[in-house]
Amino acid sequence: MADKDIARHRLGEPVVVVEGVEKAFGAFVVLRDVNLTVRRGETVCIIGPSGSGKSTLLRCINALVPISKGSITVAGRQVNDPGLDKLALRRDVGIVFQQYNLFPHKTALQNVMMAPIHVLKQKRAEVEERSVRLLAKVGLSHKHDAYPGELSGGQQQRVAIARSLAMNPKVMLFDEVTAALDPETKKEVLVTIRDLATEGMTCILVTHEMGFAREVADHVYFTDGGLIVEPPPPAEFFGAPREARTRAFLEQVL
Amino acid sequence: MPDMIAAFFERLNEVHGLNFSVFYDAFDRSRFLTGLWTTTYICIVSILASLAIGLLGVWIAGGGSRLGRLLIRSYVQFFRNTPPLVQLSFFYFAVGGLLPTGSDGFGGQAPLVSGTGWAIIAFSLFAGAFNVEIFRAGIEAVPETMVEAAESLGYTRFQLWREIVLPLAFRICLPALNNNLVNLVKTTTLAYAIGVPELLYAASQIWSEVFNVREMMNVLLVTYVLLVAVLVWVMHRWERAMRIPGYMP
Repeated sequence: MADKDIARHRLGEPVVVVEGVEKAFGAFVVLRDVNLTVRRGETVCIIGPSGSGKSTLLRCINALVPISKGSITVAGRQVNDPGLDKLALRRDVGIVFQQYNLFPHKTALQNVMMAPIHVLKQKRAEVEERSVRLLAKVGLSHKHDAYPGELSGGQQQRVAIARSLAMNPKVMLFDEVTAALDPETKKEVLVTIRDLATEGMTCILVTHEMGFAREVADHVYFTDGGLIVEPPPPAEFFGAPREARTRAFLEQVL
Repeated sequence: MPDMIAAFFERLNEVHGLNFSVFYDAFDRSRFLTGLWTTTYICIVSILASLAIGLLGVWIAGGGSRLGRLLIRSYVQFFRNTPPLVQLSFFYFAVGGLLPTGSDGFGGQAPLVSGTGWAIIAFSLFAGAFNVEIFRAGIEAVPETMVEAAESLGYTRFQLWREIVLPLAFRICLPALNNNLVNLVKTTTLAYAIGVPELLYAASQIWSEVFNVREMMNVLLVTYVLLVAVLVWVMHRWERAMRIPGYMP
């Protein structure tokens, strides 16, 4: 099992490398000595209690939040470099938020089309064709002209995923994307993400969906006190966690 | 029909002594309509300019330059904390007096900026200062999550403003903006003080010659009610056109 995993992971080059990252808000240290490597095509889940810095870590990866110490490299780009072209970095990194964050004054289709037209300066006709395809992919072909306020939470979240995908990112970050959804709509979003992962998109998920993490993730990391304490293969993670803190957390939630 | 109206008001004057000369006397009517047009013109130009000033100010105030921020803050403070009539007099008498004059084409001297011009400048800056604050409040009310979403899609600050922040902020601050623009329309009567032939000035000219103060006061009030009603109607149309299905800002 372990050998097979290692063999599979040799396939892709590292897309996201987090080394010795520390993040403090004032005196409050959220992330401490965090190390994480995500290779192309991998799906990595990060689980852990609230306030353990999971969302902060994702925001550090696309430079929404600056790190205090250590280094982060995304697709060969040094995120903590002061001269970093943040816009170029963010074109490579898609992020989906817990509260969807769709632009309320634009229809579903416009939400998906905006960034490629404004940021990548691509031709409208081309973008529209791709966006229509992306909405079909997330199962919302019939909702092109609906505004976010007219969509359910699960539908909005799928539009948000399509919006990120429209930028052709090298890696997708998911920040507790199902936390605000009921079990039924949760499932439609998780299926969408699973399909993405299966197609080979590099994904980093912060999630409380243990079953989903176990099924889809190549690696599951556990964070607490900012530290990622356990990066074994998922089956081992859930079956026989090494660290006492992980065991305690899993006993609570599984 | 105009003849009938004129005849009615002429008779009203003869029988009841209510002298609405603007409705039957061609000269008074023309003076009044010129005043109405001048007021409308000052309103339209000042509204547009004050909106532009508000946008520019809030862009600079939210930018990286400390000097820019300081400049906008001083501007807002200055124009918000002084009476508009004093501002108008300051521009017309103090600043206007310093500017060189040009030939009026008949051998005389003409000021570089007319009274109407100064009125427009003063009112635009006055209302613009309030608009800066109104827009700032609107922009601050746009959820941070929208900014985060746009930034993570690679939007520049300008794109972010144009496509997301301003369209949402506008919808949020329309009621406050409405108020300020209505106030601006009413403030234009101050131009009377520097001899701009706007509505109040025209009316006062008429009543001092015709001695129909009471009648003209009523005409004046009704005219302003209608003028503001038109503005409010336009703003409501705009508000309705910008309404987003399923979204309450």
